[in-house]
Amino acid sequence: MAEAVGFFTDTSVCIGCKACEVACKEWNQLKGNKPAFLADSFDNTGKLDEENWRHVAFIDKVPDAPTTTGNGAAWLMFSDVCKHCKHASCMEVCPTNAIIRTEFDTVFIQQDVCNGCRDCIAACPFGVIGFSEQTATVHKCTFCYDRLQSGLMPACAKVCPTQAIQFGPLSELQKKADARLATLQAQGTTQARLYGRDDKVYGGLNAFFLLMDKPEAYGLPNEANAVLPRRNNRTGYLGVLMTAALGVLAGLVALRDRGGTRRAEEALRRCGPTGRM
Amino acid sequence: MAEHFVASPHWEWYILGYFFLGGLSGGMYTLATMLRLWGSPRDEAAARTAFLAAFPLLLLCPILLTIDLGRPLRFWHMLIDTTPGHGGLAFKYWSPMSVGSWALLLYGAFALVSFIEVRTLDGRMRAPLARAIAHALAGGAGRVVIGVGALLGLYVASYTGVLLSVSNQPIWSDTWALGGLFLASGLSGSAALLAWLARYRPEGEATEWRLAQMERYFAILELLLIALVLANLAGAGTLTRALAKPWGVLWALVVASLVPPLVGMGGPAIQVASGTGSAAVARAAGASRTPMLASVLLGVLLMRFVVIFSAQF
Repeated sequence: MAEAVGFFTDTSVCIGCKACEVACKEWNQLKGNKPAFLADSFDNTGKLDEENWRHVAFIDKVPDAPTTTGNGAAWLMFSDVCKHCKHASCMEVCPTNAIIRTEFDTVFIQQDVCNGCRDCIAACPFGVIGFSEQTATVHKCTFCYDRLQSGLMPACAKVCPTQAIQFGPLSELQKKADARLATLQAQGTTQARLYGRDDKVYGGLNAFFLLMDKPEAYGLPNEANAVLPRRNNRTGYLGVLMTAALGVLAGLVALRDRGGTRRAEEALRRCGPTGRM
Repeated sequence: MAEHFVASPHWEWYILGYFFLGGLSGGMYTLATMLRLWGSPRDEAAARTAFLAAFPLLLLCPILLTIDLGRPLRFWHMLIDTTPGHGGLAFKYWSPMSVGSWALLLYGAFALVSFIEVRTLDGRMRAPLARAIAHALAGGAGRVVIGVGALLGLYVASYTGVLLSVSNQPIWSDTWALGGLFLASGLSGSAALLAWLARYRPEGEATEWRLAQMERYFAILELLLIALVLANLAGAGTLTRALAKPWGVLWALVVASLVPPLVGMGGPAIQVASGTGSAAVARAAGASRTPMLASVLLGVLLMRFVVIFSAQF
C-alpha cells in the first residue's frame, strides 16, 4: 500500500480559469459534452458527469443591492471533483465490486468490471458519477490513477496556476489546510472553513476543500445530510418484514373463514351450473 | 431537512416493467403457497393457477433488467466478482441490488420447479424429470419447498423498494416504507389478477371470495403504507416535490384504484359473506370483476411509475 494521497482544493484562491477542466480532459482524453450556453455565468460546464471530472462552478454571490467597492463577494469559484470519500456511497452499493479503493487510497471505477447498472449514480451524494453512452459504463475522476502509478501528480493539480488545487500525501495536505485556515481566520475571514478535512463527512474526504461559505452554498451536503445509503437498509427491511407479516396474516384470516366458504358455496349452488360469480 | 445534490441514475421504463412484474410474480407465488398450505382442498385449483402464473410473470424480469444494463453481456458480473485478484462470488448483503440479483436467481429456480410440478399434476407434462419433480414434492418436502419459494417471492416483490431507499436520491431515500409499499401493492395486484385468472379453471371460482377478501386487506395495508410514505416525506421536507404536478394527481389515482376492492367490488364473497346479497347481486359483482382487475393492476403500475419518475424528473 502506497501512501494515501489527496487533493486540497482551496476555493479562496481559485480564480475560475478552468485550466483544471482542460488539463483533465486533455490527459484523460475526454471529448466533453456538446457546447452549451447556460446563460448563468461564465460556467458553461454545468456539472460533474462522465465527460467532466473537474468542474469549476461559479456560484453567484453578487448582492442584489448596490454596494461600495470591496464589500461585495461577487463569485465563489469552486473547482469541484470526486471527493474520494473514505466511506464511499458509490462503492458501498456497487453490486459488481467494480468500484475499488486503490493502493493510493483513492476510489476508482474498473471499466472492465462495471456493467452499467448505475446504482452508484443513485448513491453518490455529490452527483459526481455519470453514465457514458460511448462506453456504456459509468465514469468519474480516476485521480489520474495512471499518472500516480508513474509517480506523476494528477493533471489538474499540475496545471493549477494559483495552487488552488494542491496534491500530495493526505497527512501533509491536512496540515497545510489547517495552517491556511488559521491564516485566513487571523485575517478576519471568519467565514472560511474546511470541508471533509475531518471524519464528519463520509469518514473524511481524500479530496477535501477550503470553502468560503457553508457547504450547501456550493451544492455540498452538510454534516447532517452526509449519510450513507445503507442507513436505510435496516428500517427498509423492517418495513418489509412488518408488511409481510401483516400480509400473510391477512391471507391466513381470509383462508380460515370457513363459514364464509360455506356461504359462498351455497350462493354458487343457487346460481346454478351456469352462474358466473 | 434532507438536502440532495445527487444525479439521476435514469432508471426508467425497463425498471418500471421489472418492478411491476417482479411484484406480481412474487405476490402470486406467495398467494399460491398460502392457498395450498392453509386453504381448503377446493382452493388447490386457484393455488395451481397462481403457481402457473408466477413463473411466466417472472420470466421477463431478468430480460428487462439485463436490457437496462449499459453492458448487458456483463450481467453475470452481478454474481461473480471479476476484479483481478478477487475471484469468487459477488455478494454484498448491504447492497439490495446485489442481494436482489441472487434472490431473483434462486426465486426463479423455485418458480420453475413449482411450475413444472403443477403442469405435471395437471397431466400436461409427462417427461420423466417432470414426474420425478412432482413426485419429490408430493409430501412434506413439497411444503418446505413452496414455503422457501414464498419467502424468496416476498423478497423479490419487496426488495426493489428497499433498493430505491438505499440510495441518496430525493424521495426514495427519504422514506423507509417503500419496500413495504411495493410488497403490499404486489400482493394486492396478484390477488386481483388471480381472482380473474382462477375463473378459467374448473373449481377455481370456489376461491374467488377468499381472494376478494385478501384483496381488501391488502388494499387497506397499501393505503396505510402510502400514508406512511407521505408522512416520511413530509418529515424529510420533500413532500412538496413528491406531490408537485403531475405527481400529486397520479398519487390520487393510485389511491382511487384501491377503492373498488375496498368497497367490495372484488367479488361475490363480500356481498354473500355480509349476508346482504342475492345470487343476482353476486352475478353482477362477478361481471364487474374485469374493470376492477384493470383498476387494481393499473394502480400497481402507476404507483411504481410515480415513485420511480417523481424522484428523477
